[in-house]
Amino acid sequence: MEKSFKVRPIENGTVIDHITRGKALNVYKVLNIGEETPVTIAMYVPSKKYGKKDILKIEGVELSEEDVNKIGLISPNATINIIENGIVKKKFKVKIPNIITGILKCTNPNCITNVEKVPGKFKVEKKDPLKIRCIYCEKFLNTIEISR
Amino acid sequence: MGLKHLISIRDIGKKEILNILEESKKMEDVLNSKKTLKIMEGKILATLFYEPSTRTRLSFETAMKRLGGSVIGFTDIRNTSVMKGESFRDTIRVVSDYGDIIAIRHPCEGAARLASEYSSVPVINAGDGSNQHPTQTLLDLYTIKREIGRIDGITVAFLGDLKYGRTVHSLCYALSLFKDVEIRFISPEELRIPREIVCDLLERGVKFQEMETIDLEGVDVVYVTRIQRERFPDPNEYERVKGKYKLTLEHVKDRDLIIMHPLPRVDEIDPRIDDLPQAKYFQQSFYGVPVRMAILKMLLDQK
Repeated sequence: MEKSFKVRPIENGTVIDHITRGKALNVYKVLNIGEETPVTIAMYVPSKKYGKKDILKIEGVELSEEDVNKIGLISPNATINIIENGIVKKKFKVKIPNIITGILKCTNPNCITNVEKVPGKFKVEKKDPLKIRCIYCEKFLNTIEISR
Repeated sequence: MGLKHLISIRDIGKKEILNILEESKKMEDVLNSKKTLKIMEGKILATLFYEPSTRTRLSFETAMKRLGGSVIGFTDIRNTSVMKGESFRDTIRVVSDYGDIIAIRHPCEGAARLASEYSSVPVINAGDGSNQHPTQTLLDLYTIKREIGRIDGITVAFLGDLKYGRTVHSLCYALSLFKDVEIRFISPEELRIPREIVCDLLERGVKFQEMETIDLEGVDVVYVTRIQRERFPDPNEYERVKGKYKLTLEHVKDRDLIIMHPLPRVDEIDPRIDDLPQAKYFQQSFYGVPVRMAILKMLLDQK
């Protein structure tokens, strides 16, 4: 019964499991997957480890490293399962990189990256709680705004 | 020194700082002996000042000329291609083909770091918005070393605008590299030291206190800053806090301390203090020349 309540398995693609409860839509929004790609989203499903979790199943798409890094910033405990012919080919936890290039925007409006419109570059100084410093203006990010 | 550019005091360690201070002393001796050096003959310093400055720009120019080099640059962007819409990156690319080293001041935080990525020659940050001003920090450290004889074990009180004052931020970080330094932050609530700096100090185990009233008991250095009008988006806020943190004769007379100020000052130091032996701000300003001579030499020697 519980199985049918969840989502059907996929043949080929990526399953992002253990997404922080309520964050599946945020994860979906930042990924670079085609608009017509079939995606199944499950939210607030029971989890032994975390009580509740979200799951995202993306058919026919293997995520890029950049996408995986973005997920790490939204949901640091997520796991990625790459499915091939119905079998889990690869399984790994997301990792927050030490240096983040491009995917974040500096929250300091007077930072040169916002004035000159150049991609941001950030140093992750602490992972838990997340503390990210802009390499240019040296300010910490107030909020994590991930660009697509 | 092992550095190609001087962008942030966060990029350099205690050893490099001490090397620069040592080289600065040699340069000061040269200045005092009235000898002219020729070590920068044929070299050009480009000073790109997107924001007004007197001391920093003039002391950079003096430093380069005292070393035998020459200077090009601008101090007013109205006379440049910036007004025609040229991007900052293009300006840097072009100027780095003209000069052998660039000193840049810009109102945006991070501008000097970005410039260093597009420049083929060394870049010195001469102030980027409210962020860093590493050559000022080095001359501040040099002043402390010259006037007190040591940096380890001192107590420094910062007074005034600790929120927007980039000289304070850089100097705090640099002081945290030295042994047993204690810091006292004295400011109105609205101009408190930013949390980023507090985090740095906590992580480095530096002893510090924050207070709203001037208490200089046990202090070796009092570092006064101007409440900067241009950093206030709201003029009413500026009017309210201005003059609230003025250093008076009563605060400092008979105390064994030195008084520093990055200058320019408005009315935050009682003019009667100027004649006291504790007042070191004009000396500090002079030290800008030997310290910048040392920095120019060290960066160009690396090339």
